[in-house]
Amino acid sequence: MLITCPYCGPRDVSEFTYQGDGNRTRPDPDSTDLGAWNRYVYDRVNIAGEHNEIWQHSGGCRMHIAITRSTTTHKISSVRAMRDAGPGAGQ
Amino acid sequence: MKPQRTGIGGKIHRARTIRFSFDGTSYEGHPGDTLASALLANGIVLFGRSFKYHRPRGVVSAGIDEPNALVTVLRGDVREPNIPATTIEIFDGLVAVSQNRFPSLAFDLNAINQLGGKLLGAGFYYKTFMGPVIGPLRGTRFWMFCEHFIRRAAGLGRAGEAHDTARYERVNAFCDVLIVGGGPAGLMAARAAAEKGDRVILAEFDPTFGGSAKWSGETIDGQPADIWTQFVADDLRSMPNVTLLPRTLVWGYYDSDTMAALERVSDHKVKAETGEPRHRSWTIRAGRVILATGALERPIVFPGNDRPGVMLASAAQRYAGEYGITVGSRVAVFTNNDSAYTALAAMKAAECSSLVVVDVRSQISPAARAAASHAGVELLLGQAVVGTRGYPSLSSIKVQRFDPSSLTTSGVARSISVDALLVSGGWSPTLHLASQAGGRPVWDEEIQAFTPPQPLQNWMAAGAARGAFSTAEAVAEGYAAGGGETADDAEPLPETEPTILLSKPARVFEIKAKGKAFVDFQHDVTADDVRLAHQEGFVSVEHLKRYTTLGMGTDQGKTSNVPGLAIMAEVSGRQIPEVGTTRFRPPYAPVSIGALAAERFGDLKPERLTPMHDWHVEQGAEMMPAGLWFRPRIYAQPGETIEQSYVRETRAARNEAGIVDVSTLGKIAVQGPDAALFLDRVYTNTFSTLPINKARYGLMLREDGFVLDDGTTWRLGQNEFLMTTTTANAGKVMQHLEYLLDVIWPDLKVHLTSVTDQWAGAAIGGPRAREILSTCVQGTKVDNATLPFMGIVHGTIAQVPVMICRLSFSGEMAFEVYCGAGHGQHVWNALLSAGQGFGLVAYGMEALGTMRIEKGHVTGAEIDGRTTARDLHLDWMLSKKKSFVGSAMMDREGLSGPDRLQLVGLVSLDGRALSGGAHIVEHVDPEAPSHSLGHVTAACYSPSLGKYIGLALVSGGKGRRETRAFVSDPLRNRFGPVEIVSHHMFDPQGTRMHG
Repeated sequence: MLITCPYCGPRDVSEFTYQGDGNRTRPDPDSTDLGAWNRYVYDRVNIAGEHNEIWQHSGGCRMHIAITRSTTTHKISSVRAMRDAGPGAGQ
Repeated sequence: MKPQRTGIGGKIHRARTIRFSFDGTSYEGHPGDTLASALLANGIVLFGRSFKYHRPRGVVSAGIDEPNALVTVLRGDVREPNIPATTIEIFDGLVAVSQNRFPSLAFDLNAINQLGGKLLGAGFYYKTFMGPVIGPLRGTRFWMFCEHFIRRAAGLGRAGEAHDTARYERVNAFCDVLIVGGGPAGLMAARAAAEKGDRVILAEFDPTFGGSAKWSGETIDGQPADIWTQFVADDLRSMPNVTLLPRTLVWGYYDSDTMAALERVSDHKVKAETGEPRHRSWTIRAGRVILATGALERPIVFPGNDRPGVMLASAAQRYAGEYGITVGSRVAVFTNNDSAYTALAAMKAAECSSLVVVDVRSQISPAARAAASHAGVELLLGQAVVGTRGYPSLSSIKVQRFDPSSLTTSGVARSISVDALLVSGGWSPTLHLASQAGGRPVWDEEIQAFTPPQPLQNWMAAGAARGAFSTAEAVAEGYAAGGGETADDAEPLPETEPTILLSKPARVFEIKAKGKAFVDFQHDVTADDVRLAHQEGFVSVEHLKRYTTLGMGTDQGKTSNVPGLAIMAEVSGRQIPEVGTTRFRPPYAPVSIGALAAERFGDLKPERLTPMHDWHVEQGAEMMPAGLWFRPRIYAQPGETIEQSYVRETRAARNEAGIVDVSTLGKIAVQGPDAALFLDRVYTNTFSTLPINKARYGLMLREDGFVLDDGTTWRLGQNEFLMTTTTANAGKVMQHLEYLLDVIWPDLKVHLTSVTDQWAGAAIGGPRAREILSTCVQGTKVDNATLPFMGIVHGTIAQVPVMICRLSFSGEMAFEVYCGAGHGQHVWNALLSAGQGFGLVAYGMEALGTMRIEKGHVTGAEIDGRTTARDLHLDWMLSKKKSFVGSAMMDREGLSGPDRLQLVGLVSLDGRALSGGAHIVEHVDPEAPSHSLGHVTAACYSPSLGKYIGLALVSGGKGRRETRAFVSDPLRNRFGPVEIVSHHMFDPQGTRMHG
């Protein structure tokens, strides 16, 4: 699998680390809603199809990137730098 | 008559002779021969014994699909088993032996297994290995006893034990187009793509290019087809944008059109050239892929179809056309389609004396009829082969009337004397790589075969790989796939012969008659086994495969897949496409593990060494791994035990002064206008209030509320901090912080840099540490006013700039001295010589551990991912004024309460050492282990207390202080009483470090 890092260009998947489900939203830091925190920390969607994921180019520029990838074909339809995606996007 | 070399013909180089040996006998062959063709030329028909029944087996195919003729190749002591003889190029001195026979190939004692045929059917192991229900060998023990003997009797070649001295290498390649297969389709594709300027890689399994054109005997572009292919290959070789890879198996199709290939670089040579590997493992990233992989002929399933002398029609044709071999003098052809008729002319040319064709169809095409009459054969239409005879090889076949619509035989069987039977059950496109790339193969009713699926990746199939079997189609489709011009004024395609004999087989896969009819030759799976599996409820094709082991051999069912599915379909009353096919997975054919590993063997971990490493080793330190780092364990003096060494080092540090290398601590520069705010969010305690040139001990939690790591962080400027982490967690903490900044708080202006390798560090501690420092530090004082506890000063030691922080892990008055890594040894030496008059001693990890256990300081043994701040009595560090990572989850149910495992100190009451991992119990009974209260995390002899002590995580530990418990360690047979105490076992007030 190749991932096109926004900074480094197309690189082999072995240079990247999967950093989790990109569909989660971190509750407000002061929130005491334990249900929301539980969902954030433990719940993961398990999609057969287009999935929002967070990866890190850990063997390269170390940037975190937001990836939309099909879990059935491994086709990557979008790659964005996490920081460019704006505050809170894809937490 | 046995097979033999014809007087003329073939593409072998008859002028040169090669000598090789098989089963200890020396034979001769010629360059261009495979081991199979050379043995056939010497009249050898028996190549091996079958997997379960030890039936004699001969060669079935002439290529990579060979299920039977597997041999072991010996190079010195190194043995490589299960190599198809059809793929081994002979060379002078080649030594090969047959497999799965005892005592010899011709006389095999285990052939008696044939009599047990009913017993050894599908699922034999599952059904048999139930074992008696009573007695000493009850359960499966009896069968585990028998397994040794059974495994010896069944199976393929034996793996060697000698070290493989061959060299293997890996290579990465990039191209616009990768073409798999160098037959007419692949060559045309390569030519078209190369002429457009594409970077082309053309990979071919065989040593030479041409595919079927090498032996088909047809003409292309007015020349013999094999000559034409050599011209095209030579043209391609001269083009700078083309890489030709002969002897290369493309075996895997992975995501993003990443292809795996194995090049057999020097297997065919007496000795590899200097610097040449044996195999080369290619990872090819292709812009696009053209699969010109051809097709594989299928056998027909009928009783006795595994007898030596029975082979695929195309194999016999190839042996004649490429290797100049006649496989027999009295030859029968048994077919369900027209393609086998193309073999007739070749057999005639190969000097066969009599020919008979048995065709299951009652009507055949005029072209087939013409080919038969041209070759002067006896034509038996609407008939089928129902049995074979001859030992060890074929002497006659039995033929009976056959009705292709009801699939039944009738009438009187006629025996025909033959010494070779050429079988054709139709052709299956080689779609393995296409299947690996994703998608379901599609059944084509006309050719009675699966064709490649709709591409999910960037590939296309051309020619026979797509089910288009004629050479004209191969040439045209290959050219088009390569991107060749198709305009009217474009150069015309090479002219090919009109193909009239194509595989449009009758829907006949099996002839049912008495006797074992094999579907999978290599695993001895019969048609009855497939029926039995269905009868026992294995309906899914994936289950059928695993239950019968059909298609699970080294050939992965290249010849057996479709006949097996057809029988499955028939017994279950379904159509073949409903049954479906198993998903093909890499590798297409066996790949040497050596090539996959290439240079990556032995100890692969990088070693991280501190700037003072060589000094430690010179001092006789015993080095121990700490993650990737190596740290001194003890500096042993002659005659000392480990305990004596660390006790001496600890005493010195507590009584005078000690120095330890702390360069391995993780160090992260946290810089930027929001650095302080960021640290407030990631640490449980507050850092924004920390003055410049002060350090603070910090604690980090994970989002789930458990402790992640601890360490000190130093404020070096308004917007600049130096964070330290434990040695083992440096990478994890860095990634945690990067994630938070990139994903959660991208608005924070903070920059992180790993500076672990940039700083060398030495911790110098003990009652005389300050005196030592004051004699060697210039540019700053180190007295209590200038350098208070947790203070930071900058100065120089031996002209080198240093940063000194007064903090203590040992519990002594201690200082961490940091300098640029390149000056580490220089500063270390200066500190040592300054300490000479003060009894300064270097200490290792054991003494470091002893001092931290005495003090009750936690490390990775206690921060094990399951402990909370409260468990470790660090709740004083949890700020109530702010939220931080983990603050929301740390008070969840279950994460607090009196029964949690809490940190305690332990004192051994029997004067014996404790050991990490031992359980803590209330009552000790080695015979009946009782409920564990917790476990010992660290243990040592404490010279300060004069006792064996330890740290432990114990349920409700705080409430158990000053009570007695026991250690229970059945593995090391260590049981004994301990007292549970506070983890602060030495200097609980901290007077020594505060000074």
